[in-house]
Amino acid sequence: MTGTQHLLSVADLGPQGIAEVLHVAEAFAEVERRSMPKVPTLRGKVVATLFFEESTRTRLSFETAAKRLSADVLSLAVASSSVKKGESLRDTVETVEAMGIDAIIIRHSSAGAPHQVARWVERAHVVNAGDGWHEHPTQALLDCFTVRQVLAERKGAAPDELGISCFEDLRVLIVGDVRHSRVARSEVLAYTALGAHVTLAAPGSLLPPSLEGWPVEVATDLDTALADADVVSLLRLQAERGSGSFVPSLREYTAGWGLTARRAERLADHAIVTHPGPMVRGVEIASDVADLPCTVVTQQVANGIAVRMAILFLLLGGELPGIAEVPAVA
Amino acid sequence: MPEPTLVVRGGSVVGPAGLARADVAVAGVDIVAVAASIDAPTGALVLDATGCLVGPGLVDLHTHLRQPGREEAETIETGARAAALGGFTAIVAMPNTEPPIDSAGVASEVLALGLGCMAEVSVAGAITVGRAGQALAPLAELAALGVALFTDDGAGVQDGALMRRALDYAKGLGVTLAQHCEDAGLAAGGAMHEGDWSSRLGIPGMPAAAEEAMVARDIALSRLTGAPVHFLHMSTAGSVDLIRRAKEEGLAVTAEAAPHHMLLTHALVAGYDPVFKVNPPLRTDEDVAAVIAGLCDGTIDAIATDHAPHAPESKDLPFNEAPPGMLGLQTALPIAWEVLSPRIGPERIFALLSTQPAVIAKLTSTDPHGAGHSAQGGPVEAGAPANLCVFDPGATTVVDPAGLASRSRNTPYAGRTFAGAVRHTVLRGEPVVIDATAQR
Repeated sequence: MTGTQHLLSVADLGPQGIAEVLHVAEAFAEVERRSMPKVPTLRGKVVATLFFEESTRTRLSFETAAKRLSADVLSLAVASSSVKKGESLRDTVETVEAMGIDAIIIRHSSAGAPHQVARWVERAHVVNAGDGWHEHPTQALLDCFTVRQVLAERKGAAPDELGISCFEDLRVLIVGDVRHSRVARSEVLAYTALGAHVTLAAPGSLLPPSLEGWPVEVATDLDTALADADVVSLLRLQAERGSGSFVPSLREYTAGWGLTARRAERLADHAIVTHPGPMVRGVEIASDVADLPCTVVTQQVANGIAVRMAILFLLLGGELPGIAEVPAVA
Repeated sequence: MPEPTLVVRGGSVVGPAGLARADVAVAGVDIVAVAASIDAPTGALVLDATGCLVGPGLVDLHTHLRQPGREEAETIETGARAAALGGFTAIVAMPNTEPPIDSAGVASEVLALGLGCMAEVSVAGAITVGRAGQALAPLAELAALGVALFTDDGAGVQDGALMRRALDYAKGLGVTLAQHCEDAGLAAGGAMHEGDWSSRLGIPGMPAAAEEAMVARDIALSRLTGAPVHFLHMSTAGSVDLIRRAKEEGLAVTAEAAPHHMLLTHALVAGYDPVFKVNPPLRTDEDVAAVIAGLCDGTIDAIATDHAPHAPESKDLPFNEAPPGMLGLQTALPIAWEVLSPRIGPERIFALLSTQPAVIAKLTSTDPHGAGHSAQGGPVEAGAPANLCVFDPGATTVVDPAGLASRSRNTPYAGRTFAGAVRHTVLRGEPVVIDATAQR
C-alpha cells in the first residue's frame, strides 16, 4: 500500500497490499515485545482521532499505536466540539487539517463519511476506523494477522514465512449480524482477496438485503457450517443499532445462532474463533467458549496495535526498508 | 391582426400532431399569428429560432421553492428564474416550506411573491395540517384561492383512513390529491435504494416495495372513492406497472416521473456524494428502463422536475444525514430530449413537459387562480397567451453548477453535457430568456 494516501476500504489494498500490511505489522509486533516498545519513526507527525461515534478499544488502540511510533496524538471529543454547535463535517475536517494534522483517523455512524473526508482534505491521510455498516478495515486486517499468527505458531514457523498462502482455501465462517456489521464487510473483502472461502451464517433478517456480487456462500444451518470451518468469526448482535428487533428475542437468537458450549463441540480441533469485541457473553458466545484456547480475542486486541502501527507507518512514513532496525527510543 | 411586438422567426412550431415550419407573431401578451412567414414591423423584437423547436412554455408540477423558511437554499424569485432558463413558464410550488402551505395565509403569501417573477407560480397545498398526517388541512379554503393540487410531498399520508377521507372530501371541491408514495415503516432510516449497492456500501436502504405498497393502496382508494389521484415521482418498475394497470381499468389516476429517474441509477452513490441522495432514491437500470417505457407508452403523464435546492452546507453532511434532493429545472428538457427523442416525437416530449402537466395542475385556462395567470400548456396558436419555449436540438447544454440560476448548487449533472439547449423563453409575450440569457 506504499504510495496510497488513505485507508478507506480493504478493497483499496488488494492481496499484495494486505500482505505488505501483515509483513510490516510483524516488525512492529517485535517492537511491542521490547522492554521499551517505542520507536521514533513518526516523531514530529501529528495524528488526530475524530470519533463521531462512541468507541473505547479502537480509539485506544489507534492512539497507542501512534504513540509507540512517537507521533503526537490529538483526539477530538465530539461531545464537546463545535460539531454539537451545528458545524458541518466538512468545516470540522478543514479546521483540523488547518492545524497541520498529518493523519485523520475517523469513525462515524454514517457509511462513507471517511470517503467524503478524503475528498475534502488536501494533504492529510485519512484512516477509516469504522463507518456505519460499511467497513472497519483495520479490524479485518488484524483478524487476518491474528489468524496467520496462530497458523504459524502451530507450524513452528515465523508468520512472515507463511506469506499469504496460508489463507488459500481457508474456510472462514462469519456468524451473526452481517446486515449491520462493518467488520463483516471488511472481513469478506480481506479474506476473499487472500483466497479464502467465506460463508455467512445468520437468520435472514440479519443478512444484507442483497448479496449480489458478494463472493460468499450462505449457510442456513449453523451446526453443519461450524463443523467445516477453519476460522469462525463471531459478530456482535448490535442491539444499540436496533438489531434486537430483527430477531424475536436474544434467547431465540442464541438458540439458533449463538456459539453455545454444546455447539462448540462441533468445531474442528484446529478451528480458530475470532470476535471483534466487545463480546456479549451469553448471547453470541457462551462464557465457557469465550475462554477456550481456540478463542483468540485477547490476541486480536494486542495485535490491533501492531497492525495500526503498520497502517500509520505505511501511510505517513513512506518507505518500508529498515524499519526493523529502527532503534528503540532510549 | 394587431401589430406584432415580437416575432419568433425561423423555427418549427410544435403542435399536437407534430412539427410545422412557422413563425410566431406576438402582440402584447397574446399570440396573434402562426404562419409560414411573418414580417416583423419596425420596432418589433425578432427572436431567431432557426433550427429550433417552438413549443408551449413548459409546466413543472413539482418545484421546491423553499420560501418561506429556507431562503438560503432558494427563493421564489431565484427558482422562477431557474425555471425560465429551463424553458418553464409555469411552476407549481410544493408545500413543504417552513411553515408549510397548509393555510390560506401562507398560500396567499407564496402566490403574491410569485407575481412578477420570471415564471408563473402556482401552489400545491398540504393535505394534512403541518404535513403531519394527523388531521385534514383546510382544503376548501385553499381551493378557494385556486389551489388545485394537494400533497404532503416529502412524506406520504401514512394513515389509509385519513387519505380515504381526504379523497372523499376533495371530490366535491374539484381538486386533485397527489401522493408522495412511501410507506414510512418500510423506508424507515433509508438513505438510498435498497439493493446490491446499498448492501455493499452499508447504507440503509429504502426498498422499492416501500413506494409500490402505497401506490397500490392509493390505486385501491381511488377505486373506492372515485376521486382522482396523482402519483408523484414514480421511480420503480413495479410502480409503473401498477399505474399502467390502473389506467387500463379506467381509474382516474395520473402520474409523473422526474428526469433523474430517467437517467441516473443507484450505482452513482458508490462515492458517497450526497448530491446523489434524493427521495425517491436513484434506483436500478431496470427501473430506469421501466420509467422511460412508461413515459413513452402514456402510462406516465408528465415529466416533473422535483427541483429540490439544498444549501451547500447541508450537502456537506455525511450521506445518511444529508437531506435528499437535487436541482432539476435547468436540465429537465435537455435530459428529456436526450433520453426520449430517439423513442418519441417532439410533440410527445412537449406534451409530457407542458400540455399534460398543465391539465393535471388545471392551468389550461386563463386566470384560473384569480392571480393574473395565463393559460398554460399550449397549443401555440393565434389567440392563446404567448407562453413559449424555444429549444435548439442542435445546441448542447453543459452543466456548470456555479452558472445555474438557483441559489443552490446541488446538481447531480456537474460537468455533463446534454444534447439540446433552451434558447428563448417567452412569458405572456415577454421574452424573459433570450439566447439562454435571462433578460432580468
